[in-house]
This record gives sequence, C-alpha cells and structure tokens, in this order.
Amino acid sequence: MMSEHRPIGGKILTKPFLVLALIAFIAFILVVKRFLLGIGSVTNLNDGYPWGLWIVYDVLVGTAFGCGGYAMALLVYIFNKGKYHPLIRPAIMTSVFGYTLAGASIILDVGRYWNLYNMFWPKYANINSVMVEVAICVASYVMILWIEFSPSFFENWRKGGTPKYINKFMFVFIAIGVLLPTLHQSSLGTLMIIAGNRLFPLWQTNWLPLLFLISALTMGFGMIIFESLFSSVILNRPLEMSMLKKLSAIVSKLLLIFLIFRFGDLIWRNEISTIFNPGFKQFMFFLENALIILPMIVLFIRKQSENPRSLFLTAASILIAGTLYRFNTYLVGFDPGYGWQYFPSIPEIVVTLGIISVELMAYLVFVKKLPVLPTVRQIENN
Amino acid sequence: MTLNRRDFFKVLSFGAAVATGTNTLFSNTAIRKKFRTKDAVGILYDATLCIGCKACEVACKKVNGLPSDHSDWETKHGLSNAWDSGSDLSTHTLNKIKLYQHGDASVKNRSENGFAFMKRACMHCVDPACVSACPVSGFTKDPVTGIVSWNESCCGCRYCEIACPYSIPRFEYNKAIPEVFKCEMCSHVVEKGGIPGCCESCPSGASIFGNVYEILKEAKRRIALKPGEQYAYPISTVHDTEIQVRSAEKYIHYIYGEKEAGGTQYLILSAIPFEKLGLPKLPETSAAATTETIQHTIYKGLIAPIALLTGLVFAAHRSAGIETPNEIQINDE
Ligand code: SF4
Ligand code: SF4
Ligand code: SF4
Repeated sequence: MMSEHRPIGGKILTKPFLVLALIAFIAFILVVKRFLLGIGSVTNLNDGYPWGLWIVYDVLVGTAFGCGGYAMALLVYIFNKGKYHPLIRPAIMTSVFGYTLAGASIILDVGRYWNLYNMFWPKYANINSVMVEVAICVASYVMILWIEFSPSFFENWRKGGTPKYINKFMFVFIAIGVLLPTLHQSSLGTLMIIAGNRLFPLWQTNWLPLLFLISALTMGFGMIIFESLFSSVILNRPLEMSMLKKLSAIVSKLLLIFLIFRFGDLIWRNEISTIFNPGFKQFMFFLENALIILPMIVLFIRKQSENPRSLFLTAASILIAGTLYRFNTYLVGFDPGYGWQYFPSIPEIVVTLGIISVELMAYLVFVKKLPVLPTVRQIENN
Repeated sequence: MTLNRRDFFKVLSFGAAVATGTNTLFSNTAIRKKFRTKDAVGILYDATLCIGCKACEVACKKVNGLPSDHSDWETKHGLSNAWDSGSDLSTHTLNKIKLYQHGDASVKNRSENGFAFMKRACMHCVDPACVSACPVSGFTKDPVTGIVSWNESCCGCRYCEIACPYSIPRFEYNKAIPEVFKCEMCSHVVEKGGIPGCCESCPSGASIFGNVYEILKEAKRRIALKPGEQYAYPISTVHDTEIQVRSAEKYIHYIYGEKEAGGTQYLILSAIPFEKLGLPKLPETSAAATTETIQHTIYKGLIAPIALLTGLVFAAHRSAGIETPNEIQINDE
C-alpha cells in the first residue's frame, strides 16, 4: 500500500535549527528563574494586568494558530470535502504543536501550578467558571490531537502501519476533535465577559464567544494556507494551489460573517460612534479590522485569489488580524484603572520566542522524519 | 464550491447549534440575581467622618499578622521596617486610606478646593465575580456571613484579578509559592463574635460593622439627614452604645455598594462624588451573572454539546471511508 504522505528527509542539525535551539535554551534558563523566584522576576505582570504576553500569545494565539486541524477536520470529515485530504496531516501536526505547547505554557503562567489538577477535581472544580470549561476541553483536545496524529508515527515505526482499532474508531476521535475546539475557542472569548466594563466597549460584548469561534476558524484556515505556501518555498516543494484556492474561498466568506457580527454588534449596542473618537484603542481597532477587510476584498477578487503571492499575504494578514483581536480583547482594551500599566519585559518576550522556537524545531524534525507532508505526485495530480 | 442538499443541512444544523447557544445572550430577563443573605455581615464606611488617621490600617495589619510596606526609595536606602508607607493595596496591605484633594484643599468633604479620604478594601460583593471566575474554588463566599475569602486550593491563575470590578485581589508575583491576598473582613475574629480590626480601631465612627441589612438602614438614615442636622453616630458597630453626636455633612444621596455590580456588603457614603474618590461606575448586574447565564445556557444539561457531538460522530462516520487512500478524490471536479 502506498502512503500518500512521505517524510521529506534531510539533515536535522541545520544552521537555522541551531539558532532556534539557542533561543530555546536561553528561554529555558529564564523559565528556571521564574520557578525559583516567582512570576514577577521574569515578567512585568502586576495586579492590574495579571495576564500578559504569555497568556495572550502562548495560550490564546497559540491555540488559535493551532486551529488548522479543527478547520480541516470540520471540512474534510464533517462536510465530506474529501479532496482536501492531503492537507489534513500537516494541519493536524501544526495543531498538535500549537496546542501541546499552549497547554504546557500554562504551567509557567499559573502561580500555583501544583494545584492545577483541582480544575478536574469535582470537590474544587467550579462549574460556574468559564476557565474550567476551557481547561477540560483544551486538555482533552491535546490528547485527541495526538491520537489523530498517531498514524504518522505508526506508519513510520510500526510494521503494518496504524493498528486497526485506532483506524476503526478514528471517526469518533475526529468528531470529538471538532466538538472540543468549538466549545473552548468560543469559551476563550467568554472568559473576558466577566471583566465587565474594565474591557473597552469596542471589545466587550456578550457575542465574544461567537466572535472568538469564527475568528479561530479564519485563523485555522489562514494557518493552513500560510503554512502550505511557506513550506513549499522553504522546503522547495511544488505549490498546492488548487486546494488553497478553494480554502481561500471559504475563508473569505468566514471573514465576511465575522465582520457582519463584529459591526452588527457595535451598531446594536450603540457603540459604533466610539470608533470615531481619536485614541490608541481606536487605532488598534482600525488596524485589527483593516487586516480583516483587506484580505477579504482581495480574496473576493478572483484573479488575486489565484495568485500565490497575494494568497500568502492575505493568509498572513488574517493571522495577524486574529492575533491583534486577541491582544486587543485581553490587553489593549483592558483597563483595570488606578494607573496600572503593562508592557512585556524582555525576558518575558524571550520566553515566548523560546516556545515558538521549540515549535519550529519540532516542525522541522517531524516533516523530515515522519510521513506528514503529501507526496509530490499527489500534489501534481491536482 | 457548490453545496449539495446534504451539505446544506449539515451547515444548517451546525449553525443552529451555535445559534441556540448565543440566542439568549441578549435577554437580560434571564440573567439571575443574588441577594444578601439574612445574617450577612458588612461594613459601613462613611467618608464624611473619616479623619485619615489610618488607625484602621495599623489594626488591620495587627489582626491579620501582616508586615509593613515600603516604597522602592525607602527599601533602597535601607529604611525598611521603620514604618509602614505603602501607597496602595498590596499583599501586605488589605485596607488602604486614600486621600482626595483639589485646589488649596482647605475644606473637608468639598470637591472644589477641598479634601476627603477613601478607604479601599474588598467590597464583599453579593454576587462576587472573583468567586464565579475562580476555576478551583480558591475564593469562596461564606453561605452565612457572606464574607468572601481565599483558600489554599488556589492554582494561581489570577482570573480573580481580571474579574474583580474593583481591582482588589493581590497576588505574590515575587514568590515561588505565591498566595492571593485581600480583605477577608477579619473572618477569624468575626467567627468568634468579634468585629473586624478596622471597625474596632476607628476612633471617629467612620467604619462600623454590623448585619448588612442594619448597616443599610443606617446608611439610608444618614443620607436622609439635612446638612447640619445633629445625629448620634455609633463608633464601632451599628448598635454601639458608644456614640458621638455631631452635625451631618452634605451627603450625596446615594449608597455606594447598594446596587453596584449586584450589590456589596461593604457600603460607602460620601459628600464628594464617588468617581472622584476612585470608585468605579458599575452596572447593577454582576458580570458574573452575565457570564454564568451565557455559559449555563450553552452548557445546560450538556444537551447542546451532546447533540452536537452526536451529529458530528454521525457525519464523521459517514466520511471516514475517505481515510483509505484509494478512495481519495484526487481530481478536481
Ligand atoms: S470586591 Fe473584588 S475581590 Fe472583593 S468580593 Fe468583590 S469581586 Fe471579589
Ligand atoms: S488566582 Fe487563585 S483565587 Fe484567583 S482565580 Fe486563580 S485560582 Fe482562584
Ligand atoms: S481608622 Fe477610621 S478615621 Fe482613621 S483612617 Fe481608618 S476609617 Fe478613617
């Protein structure tokens, strides 16, 4: 049986890999410091801004970038769009990394990590807390993702490939793998509703769960397009254009739906005029939405959506917009008052860069050693 | 991309599941409300009476065994532990007297060219956002006294700090084994029939302790007073026999905390607008109530998630055949 995915081979210890390893090592030292001397010894977090770069980038943006697997699974399996299949494995792999590291990085940010299990312990778990829902869903989703990704390991190392029983029940895992992100990506929006009017009205809305869910899907698709084009260039592989074109058609519609809800809500709540007052928050709002509107327009223009270059830029724009939306909702738009301020410290930023480095290193090792990327024959047939 | 009929129904059912969750988000009528319990205790802080002596701060530290706070400058110059001089709430300071001043600050209890004090501490909300937010019951509200306090099950996520509308909880950012601090209304003293340190020590009757309904009544009596009217102010508790008769200031006809964010058990009176004293303007509903209503609507009896999962399993099962390579549709339509 010929597998449709192949390891691409090649040397692991390349120069970029070593640079990434160095950043990861420095980050590791800072992490040790954080565990010995406390969170404040490495970060600029304070009682006014208790959540900063680590939560917003590593967890929120990290999992949203990891929504590629979710977006693809939704399409391929649920909506029967079998033809996207070659892309699903790389998508799931990015999700595996994104989610695993996001989950792991929570341990750095949580002050009393040894008590984290209380979230799953009926005696202490507070079912009124949105965070419990997020924790349960994210933790189980990480496991589901590894199961979904397991065929790549089995095909490589086990005679006879993936065990039958795993294949047989894969559809159950896939279904759960669609359910869980639907629940927790929306809950990641719900988390901020409790901040009440300390979150600026341009972001504070009861529709946060829906907006976060749609945004996560756009980022998931954006990530697949971005990663696929990026790996073609970096790893010198043919473009997977015809599939990407179709994905981009879906993304453009999702972006439109997002904007309808985003602005519809502002009009409904009578906050639309807020965007015209001059201010930094308004500027960030414009930036965030411009980066959604622009790619949407580009993707609606047929000729542009078939051009790999503009496709690459639109995907990047969507990812940045989703990132900004999360930063704005959790940091820029959040004002605890009493003169509190926050900007991440250099060590704090280095730790985040370290986490990204680990992710990239893992990506390089996995595509070179495991059957993840679709074979060239398969792409050219398209 | 063309959608066939089956796809269309799938999209529809997925959309419907999401929509049911969001449907009720706007019907405020569904949002639950909590009330002060019968035996709930509270503190009435009357800013018009406060003389800014900070006896309450000292007593608070003594009763709760907390060390003094210092500015960075003092610490740098080795002046630690000589006196207490923090400027805000901290992990060592659960109660802080803040000064308001304007212009030449010549007259007390006046906004223009005047001054006043404000005592900042946990408000012991009726529907506390910190309790609702905490994933591991690190903050709990006593079912009898309504006192909100922290316990060791805390995992240090600091969601309580995001949630508290008054920015009250304080986390030990510079400790390997951190804890969260805030006023717990001296629950260990109150349990034994005592009164909180701040009320015990206050010489002017600015902080009084008592049953929350009684201090609410007391507050209502006070804001009804005409400026200059003589009134017998109790000193430490609402029924204190020790009183001080003095003429009333020009109260703002409003009890801060009666309704704020679902109401509080720490009530505040003042002659100067509350916003000027650093108290936030808040809606009458607790953000906790809004969040819980949304969350429990989506997750009610887990019906929506289970229904969604059933649909997904069914759909995934039908599409699972695509997993085998020879069935892949490689070609474009
Ligand atoms: S004031 Fe803040 S910390 Fe105190 S009970 Fe209310 S929400 Fe909790
Ligand atoms: S920091 Fe502790 S008390 Fe506060 S929400 Fe997190 S677990 Fe609860
Ligand atoms: S002890 Fe009483 S008068 Fe003195 S600062 Fe505290 S509340 Fe004000």
